[in-house]
Amino acid sequence: MIQADLNIILPEIILSVYAMLALIGAVYTSQDKAAAMLTYLTAIVFALVAFWIAGAGQATNIAFNGMFIDDGFSRFAKVTILLSAAAVLVMSQDYMSRRGLLKFEYPILIALAVVGMMVMVSAGDLMSLYMGLELQSLALYVVASFRRDSVKSTEAGMKYFVLGALSSGLLLYGASLIYGFAGTTTFSGIIDAAGHGPAPIGLLIGLVLVISGLAFKISAVPFHMWTPDVYEGSPTPVTAFFATAPKVAALALFARVMHDAFGHNVGDWQQVIALLSVLSMFLGAIAAIGQTNIKRLMAYSSIAHMGFAMMGLAAGTAYGVQSMLVYVAIYVTMNIGTFAFIMSMEKDGQPVTDISALNMLSKTEPTKAIAMLVLLFSLAGVPPMVGFFGKLYVLRAAFDAGLVWLAILGVIASVIGAYYYLRLVYFMYFGEDQDDALDRRSAPLLTSVLVASAIIMVVGVVNLFGIEGAAQMAAATLVN
Amino acid sequence: MSVATFAFYLFALCTITGGLFTVVSRNPVHSVLWLILAFLSSAGLFVLLGAEFVAMLLVIVYVGAVAVLFLFVVMMLDVDFAELKAEMSRYLPLALLIGLVLLMQLTMAFGVWTEADTAMAARTAVAPEGVENTVALGLLIYDQYILLFQLAGLILLVAMIGAIVLTLRHRKDVKRQNVLAQMWRDPAKAMELKDVKPGQGL
Repeated sequence: MIQADLNIILPEIILSVYAMLALIGAVYTSQDKAAAMLTYLTAIVFALVAFWIAGAGQATNIAFNGMFIDDGFSRFAKVTILLSAAAVLVMSQDYMSRRGLLKFEYPILIALAVVGMMVMVSAGDLMSLYMGLELQSLALYVVASFRRDSVKSTEAGMKYFVLGALSSGLLLYGASLIYGFAGTTTFSGIIDAAGHGPAPIGLLIGLVLVISGLAFKISAVPFHMWTPDVYEGSPTPVTAFFATAPKVAALALFARVMHDAFGHNVGDWQQVIALLSVLSMFLGAIAAIGQTNIKRLMAYSSIAHMGFAMMGLAAGTAYGVQSMLVYVAIYVTMNIGTFAFIMSMEKDGQPVTDISALNMLSKTEPTKAIAMLVLLFSLAGVPPMVGFFGKLYVLRAAFDAGLVWLAILGVIASVIGAYYYLRLVYFMYFGEDQDDALDRRSAPLLTSVLVASAIIMVVGVVNLFGIEGAAQMAAATLVN
Repeated sequence: MSVATFAFYLFALCTITGGLFTVVSRNPVHSVLWLILAFLSSAGLFVLLGAEFVAMLLVIVYVGAVAVLFLFVVMMLDVDFAELKAEMSRYLPLALLIGLVLLMQLTMAFGVWTEADTAMAARTAVAPEGVENTVALGLLIYDQYILLFQLAGLILLVAMIGAIVLTLRHRKDVKRQNVLAQMWRDPAKAMELKDVKPGQGL
């Protein structure tokens, strides 16, 4: 039995063994001199594991008495997580080593965080859910304060750690109430015990506490307070990582808990998630307007996007989960491109994050400006970019599920949010001329990631690279 | 009132008092001591539940190691707790309000507490029959819950890497002892013998 179980979690085992071997290897040999090589190697390992998982077939395998589920849904999420983490690692090497931040522990911590995320999306039990979540979060707290001589970075790590511990406490308390009701922590046991119809009040409070803990991890309003500070304080590549892979993992986990453990009690959680979604969309759209720091702006943008992704989840249908997966995959691709651009923003060799530095970028760097224009239009959801179709998907899911008011509010929030994306475009194309423009350092890697991401946003309109079909199959394995 | 009931109320009261005074006492060292009381009384509660292994863990790990470590940290850190407390009192009304709401919700939850019909059966199905709970835990943790056990190990590894990354500094201005270099030192290369003739300088 153990042999079969171990075969099912082989990708996770390989990644963690790789991380441990890399750690020992680097400690006993050249230490930080190997960091650049190790970063690329880790990215390659991520990509290989992603292709392996993608080609693993359609089977649903359950290991360790239901604690670990390897199905189409988890494979879709894992491939997205691994590929986005690989892209962020490749982008971060140059930025971090030029500022003396690249230690060999960085790729190793990212690899262990990714193992945690893979366990999260495959969790079939409240306990393995918690273990995956903590493995991921603990590694993220450390990389947030990686620039340890900077007050802001230390503050970011500290804030993230304390609030993360609080949210874990909420989640655990909720989990204990759920266990008290159901007598088991496996999702399959909970769904049987909860039965159909409205849940009893004890179970309901447990459910709401678990939702609060998970909402913290995806920074949904009103659990978003840490996001702008952490995004601003962390080194930019780490911010790029925060905005991509962990969001996918936490959203997938959210969908997994809601559908696998409480799939018969949709009415109980639908309204809670719809409320979180509306609040996130509006706060993200309105609070971003006053921001002058592009990293803080992206933090609010990510809050708003999480609101839209949760709209798909709030629908409570297979189509809703499918739209959420498509939305989050598009969101991650856009964010990787945008952060490639932010990493390349510097003046006199120092990184700048003030949006006024973008003034008249179109004159000095027309290629980057046009790529960024496409990405910003896509983030805002302007047709015909791919970002528009992502929004269309979740709106349709909400509409089909009878949440017309949610869809209408989503459109309004999207229009408000378009203002600050378009303001960046205005700065780039019609801003004031200024003397101290951004450096024109050639960073071929970042520029190519930026351009590739922009091209995907335009070309993807044709068929979204077949991601719809994959998401549909993934959603079908989760909701039935 | 039986002895067990009496013991339960005693331990429960001590736990709550300990927790309360951990938060409100002015001297941080006293806070840690109150925390130790809370740990010890909850260990008593675990014994009443028949979970003697967890009770021993609580005493050995939390009281013996963690709380003592807290004590050292509190004594070594130069934190102005009075100032922190002053800040806290500003938020006290809001905190009390939230606490009251939470208390009401919990009363609602536990006042009409129901559990699924299958809950009791599911709960007892896991535990091995007829062994004391140290043996039972061993059978479960290293067999059925091996995945969780290994993941906990990975989490501890991350914690260790994190502590080292964030605190270790290699100082270049400090002379270090290099034992091997000392042992391999060759007297012939290290010093030169000069034969100084009497009456002549070098």
